[in-house]
Amino acid sequence: MIEQNNNNFEPRIIAFVCNWCTYAGADLAGTSRIKYASNVDIVRFPCTGRIDFMLLLKAFAKGADGIIVSGCHPNDCHYTSGNFHARRRWMVFRDMLNFLGIDVERIRWSWVSAAEGAKWADVVNKTVHKIREMGPYTEYKKAAMFLEKEKISYE
Amino acid sequence: MSKISEKAAALLQEGAIKMIIGYEQGTEHPRPIFCHTPEDCKKLIFNDQCKNNLAVYLTKKEIVDNDKIGVIGNFYVVKTVIQLFLENQIHLDHFLIMTVDEAGDIITFGNIDEMKQYVASHEPPANPTVLAAIEKIDKMSREERWAYWKTELSKCIRCYACRAACPLCYCNRCITDVNCPQWLEPWSAPLSNIEWQINRIMHMSGRCVGCGECAAACPLELPIGLLTKKMGMDIKDSFGEWKDGNVLSTYKVGDKENFIH
Repeated sequence: MIEQNNNNFEPRIIAFVCNWCTYAGADLAGTSRIKYASNVDIVRFPCTGRIDFMLLLKAFAKGADGIIVSGCHPNDCHYTSGNFHARRRWMVFRDMLNFLGIDVERIRWSWVSAAEGAKWADVVNKTVHKIREMGPYTEYKKAAMFLEKEKISYE
Repeated sequence: MSKISEKAAALLQEGAIKMIIGYEQGTEHPRPIFCHTPEDCKKLIFNDQCKNNLAVYLTKKEIVDNDKIGVIGNFYVVKTVIQLFLENQIHLDHFLIMTVDEAGDIITFGNIDEMKQYVASHEPPANPTVLAAIEKIDKMSREERWAYWKTELSKCIRCYACRAACPLCYCNRCITDVNCPQWLEPWSAPLSNIEWQINRIMHMSGRCVGCGECAAACPLELPIGLLTKKMGMDIKDSFGEWKDGNVLSTYKVGDKENFIH
């Protein structure tokens, strides 16, 4: 049974989080000594409204297997409406990605407040677990690397 | 002379309007014409084949100077003018917006409310072939969809005709022309072709009037019109009918989403 498990695959997760809630929540998870999967690389943003959709695509192109996007709960935004604007953008973006056949299941959206250190650990663990089952995301990377293979090097 | 030509010639003779943009017969399809003299106006035509979205010229400084300009456009020209006006891109007093009714008479719009009224009651039916193609893609599995779009869009030569034809793509510096940071590779490559279309669609989301000129302009006849159409349908599902075209610059506290948890 052990041989059947893909033991070599460790998912690489990039988390785009807002400074005021989720980053503080992740900080709380750390100071509370909550253990969670170490596969996640956190990128801190001033607000979820600042998380450009191109950043998610860039993460996939550069080799992320999964993405977490997280910020303040609705009505808790430090800038009043950043997360509401972001939420609308994601609704459109998700539909678009799905129509183009890009795997939206690999992007986990969440609201994690500064007090929810345990929730943050849970979000990361669940995402890592899910991506580990789904396997590496190669389609997007392959398309990104297409020209690399074609490149001619002039000595 | 047709009623359109007569009316246009009269407007130019009056002198308040310096140029009229309309349609003339081309080799195969009607094409845009810029009438500077009453004689030019003889060439003006209007029929179902007049598809070009003439509003694309209204934001071009080299065409629109300080003179007042008349436009005899189709339904989508009127709809685009409303959108451009709401985005503060044009002054309506620089333009005389006109369209042609079924009887061949010119309808002149005096103000934005008249245009809105016209647009609300004259929406043409959606193209059934486009709807059928969208339905077909929707039924595919995710892997098939990815394969389909990758194959289709890898043919793209990045001529940016879709951008040039779109009256709402008016940025002075397009995201694909910016290289600091370089979001997109500006040359043709499988992934950046897809990413370019994603960017184009996202920047159009909620603003697109659905004229289909991006798809018509594509020299490779790629199905990029499906993307804008599908995005329009999704937005209609999520946020309701096109009203003032600012879906992503506004929000509702009660927006219903089902994927954030």
